[in-house]
Formats: sequence, structure tokens, C-alpha cells
Amino acid sequence: MIKIEKLHKSYPIGKDSLHVLKGLDLHIKEGEFVSIMGSSGSGKSTLLNIVGLLDNHDEGNYYLNGQKIEKLDEKKAAILRNKFLGFVFQSFNLITYKTAIENVALPLYYQGMGRKERQKVAMQYLEKVGLKDRADHLPSELSGGEKQRVAVARALATNPKVVLADEPTGALDSATSASVMQLLKDINREGMTVFVITHEEDIAEQTDRIVRLKDGVIISDEKVNKKVNA
Amino acid sequence: MFDLDRWREIFQSLNKNKLRTALSGFTIAFAILLFTLLFGVGNGLKHTFEEQFAGDSQNSIYVNSGLTTKPYKGLQSGRRIQFRNDDSKFINQEFSDKIQFFSPNIQRNMQVIYKGEQNRYTVRAVYPDYQPLESAEIIDGRFLTYLDVERKSKVVAIGKLVEKDLFGNFSALGKNLNIEGISYKVVGVFKDPGGDNDERYIYTPFSTFQGMYKPNDELDYIGMTFSPDLNVDQAIAFSNLLTKMLKEKHNVDPRDQGAIRVRNYAEGTKNVQQFMIVLNVIILFIGIGTLIAGVIGISNIMVYIVKERTKELGIRKALGATPRSIVGMIMMESIFVTAIAGYSGLMIGVFALKAIGDTLEEKYFILNPSVETYVVVGATIVLIIAGTIAGYIPAKRAASIKPIVALNDE
Repeated sequence: MIKIEKLHKSYPIGKDSLHVLKGLDLHIKEGEFVSIMGSSGSGKSTLLNIVGLLDNHDEGNYYLNGQKIEKLDEKKAAILRNKFLGFVFQSFNLITYKTAIENVALPLYYQGMGRKERQKVAMQYLEKVGLKDRADHLPSELSGGEKQRVAVARALATNPKVVLADEPTGALDSATSASVMQLLKDINREGMTVFVITHEEDIAEQTDRIVRLKDGVIISDEKVNKKVNA
Repeated sequence: MFDLDRWREIFQSLNKNKLRTALSGFTIAFAILLFTLLFGVGNGLKHTFEEQFAGDSQNSIYVNSGLTTKPYKGLQSGRRIQFRNDDSKFINQEFSDKIQFFSPNIQRNMQVIYKGEQNRYTVRAVYPDYQPLESAEIIDGRFLTYLDVERKSKVVAIGKLVEKDLFGNFSALGKNLNIEGISYKVVGVFKDPGGDNDERYIYTPFSTFQGMYKPNDELDYIGMTFSPDLNVDQAIAFSNLLTKMLKEKHNVDPRDQGAIRVRNYAEGTKNVQQFMIVLNVIILFIGIGTLIAGVIGISNIMVYIVKERTKELGIRKALGATPRSIVGMIMMESIFVTAIAGYSGLMIGVFALKAIGDTLEEKYFILNPSVETYVVVGATIVLIIAGTIAGYIPAKRAASIKPIVALNDE
């Protein structure tokens, strides 16, 4: 699903440049539940941005769903994002003046889906995350956990190939963190590839595979022993 | 082109951000309101100015005679030049193709009595052609006719104010006026855009007065209008030639300024026209300046709005919005707000001008302040174009920001 070969990325800082990713190789198959672990500055967010087509890489190859990503203009990137990727951000990134259901329906709008159908699909996903009764609330009227659930519903709405979650529990307390993680686990069990970035060990341990990143290099890549009744 | 969903997005965004919408709308509406008011008031000044010069026909020429100031061909200075009927004939023969209306004139200040009321008025003995020369407009009865001239009828056409002075609220038509002992019948009442003075004249047939108050063939002065086919320069050339020929005919030194005086309104018209051009340029300058200020205002606001929405635009991009749809959305918002707000400003301005009307005429010389339809339409179009540009530049920039940069914007 996601295949990365010798990926390099550096950011210019004044005259110098900061080499953030130093030749990463990573292969994520369909249906996997992967977490990228690393402290801040390890390059994990940069990796997610590149995987999420929010930023472009300098060197190396990146294949998304078998398609080689290179020389993407903004329009193509937007279409690919809309088609293949769903995002969950640490700070939720809901549009503040839109209700929950409108936020969930927004990627469908950009897909060109009709209004009625959009509402229907959005409602289905809100129901899936357990927020059907909150559909007409604005983000400011929702709790942090609820906001993140709306974000998950929004990420799922277009039925993407991969859900990318950047510190999805970073702004949540442990109880709501657990419920959001449970939600991600559930959608993974239904076959969705889920890609989580975190610096919290206990979050990473709830995934099936942990890739540890340090100073722009992968230092370990191991399967987690499945607890029987996770 | 018409995409209901897109309009829904725009209305929602405008509606949920009322302060922002109100501020940008207010800027535009205010700029256009100012533009309309300034333009209208400028036009009001222009109207007053035009009216000041509208008293007489703009193509009038008056020929007067006086004393010679220079000896010429053995004749002494101080000789009186007297126009006669043959001068009328001469001018009409020589310049028939250049003259539109023509009338010799005998003028006296006379005592006029009707029953108990009496007053002194200027009585002018003229041909029927004199009416268009004075721009007089009959409101009751008729003006003099050639039949009156032929018959030397004792009839008069009187100004509106003469009627008011002598007859009060009653109609003067058909009544007889006593003018220095002789009875004249009132056949018409006129008004004159020249104002009070011009509405206190009394007109009577030329032939009636000639012989009675002037020896047989003498006359006081000649009034005429030049043909409207002549432009200002041609008209001035015509009156110069006329002067030259009359001086020759009466043996007057060509440099003598006193004996024969020709006053051509075209010369004034030329100055007035130039003044009007300057006034127009000033009005245009003010108008364009105000518009530009408004355009700059809306551009600033649009830049700010886009900046404020950077994060939202980043989210939209992450969710699959193409740069084109971002640009389209912002531009449509911008055009929509400018068009609606601009139009409201315009309408408020137009109605304000209507309400002001002629109330400022006396103190501030502003008559009927108004804006022409084409100015209104033009300003609206300029606004919409301005809204488009004002929206396009920041929208283009916003659309080209990488989503990751936009998302990190706080």
C-alpha cells in the first residue's frame, strides 16, 4: 500500500539545511496497523507529511497504492489525497464554523458528491463513531474526544485506502485516548490500513507494528505480540 | 457555472463570519457611497453653473452702436453711429446662411399701468424671432407674430413677473395695459430661464414702436443667433467678419472699439466650455480617487481574510480541495460581497442625492445633484472587477501555500 525507498528530506534553515530524513525504507501492506514512534525531532511528522502528500520529498521513491509519487502539482496531490488518504490530526483541524456533519461531509463535497447523498454518508460515519446525536453541533460545542471522533469520521468518509493519524491522542486525556484508539483499532479490524504517529509508548503498543525512528533513521521495526483479546 | 453547492459554501462562510463580512461590505459600501455623493454634488455644481449661463441662447450675437472714438476718412471722432433698417437688410443679405434667428430691437424703459397698479418696465419692440433669442417660453397665450408686425398691432407679450406685479393672481391675457398713455392688449405671458430680470420684460411688435418712439427707419440694436451648424470657432469668425463689414459700411476705423460693438456669446461659451472641462476633470479625479481608495480597502481586507483563513484553507486542501476550487471560492466570496455592498452603497448614495434635491441650491450653489446611469453602471462594473482582482491575488497566494504550512498556521 505504502512503499518507501531511500527517502531523503531536508529543510533549509537560513543558509544551511537540516537533514531530517536520511534514507528511509518502509513498506506498509494493506490492512496493517502501524505506528511510527519517535521523540520530537526524530522526523516522524515529516514522514507523515510526505506519506500524506502534504509535503514533497527530495530523494528516493514513494509508491502510494502502487502509483509512483513524483512531480505532483497541487491539483494532482489534492485529488490523490481526497481519493486515497484520510487524515486525523492532533489538533483535530475541524472547520470551526461548520457543524459535525458538515465537517464530515466536506471531503465528499470535494469529491463532487451530491448534497443529499453527502449528508447520508456523513451521517453513517457519524453513527459509526457514535456521534449521531451530535451531528448538528459546532466543534466548539463538542468535547476533545468527540472532536477527534468527528475527525476520524471525516477521515473515513471518502472510504480511503489509508488513514493517517498524527498524534491522534496528543490533546486528549487517557480515558478519551483509549476510546479513540479503540475506534482506530475497530476500523483497522474492518480492513483499513491505519498509520499512526506517536511519541507515547502505550499508544504505539496498541498497534500491530511499531517502527522506531531516531534522528531521521529507522532504528527498529517490529511486530507487536498480539494480546488475544485486544 | 452555477453551482448550488458552491453558493451554499459561500453563504455559509459569509454568514458564519458576520463581522468579517460586515466590515468588508461596509468598506465597499462606504467607498461607493462617497463616490456617488461626491460625483453627485460635483454634478450639482455643474448644473448650477450651466444654469447661470442658460439665461440666453448660447449662440446669441448682439450688435450695438455708439460714438466713434477715432477719426477716419476725414470724419471726426465723436460721431454717433445709428443703425437703420437697411443695416438689418444688409446683414440678412450678406449672412443669410449663417443666421438662425434675427431681430432688430427698440428698447425703452416705460411707465406701465393696469387699473390701480403701475410700475416701470423695459419694453422691447422686436420681431417674433426674438423669442428663441431670449429663450423665452410662452406659458399662456402666444408670442408676437409677423402679422402683428405687419399690422403694427398694439399688442404685448409680458413676462411672468409683470403679470404677477400688475394682475396679482389673475390672468393678464386679453387685458389692456396702459403704456405711457397708449393702450396695448396682452396676448401672451412667458417665463424665462434667465430669471427675474428677464421675466420683467414686455415685448411688442417692432413696427409698432418704430416711427412712434424712433424716427422712421432707425433702430436701437440688433440681436441674432448664429446657425447651430457653426462651431464655436466658426461663429467667432462670423462675428468678426460681421464687425468688419459693418465698420466699413459706416466708415468706422477698423480699430475703433466704441462705434460698433458686437457681442458674441460664443466667446463666453468657449470659456464656459473650458471651465466645464476643468470641472469635469476635477469631478472625475475625485471620483476615481475615491474608487481607488475603496479598491485598496477591499484588497487589504481580502489579504487579511485570506491570512485569517489560512488554516481553514489548509484543512480544505488536506481533504482534497484543489487550488482551483480554493481560488474560485475566495473570489466568488469577494465578488459577491463587493457587488452586493457596492450596489447598496450606490443606491443609498442615489437616494441621498434625491433627498438632498435642490435644498442646497441657494446657499451652496448645488442644483439637482445626481449621477448619470452610465456612471452608476460603470462604477458597479469597476467594483466587480476590483472585487475580482482584490480576491484573486490573495486567493492565488493562499492556494499555492503548501497544506502543511497552512495547517501549522495558528
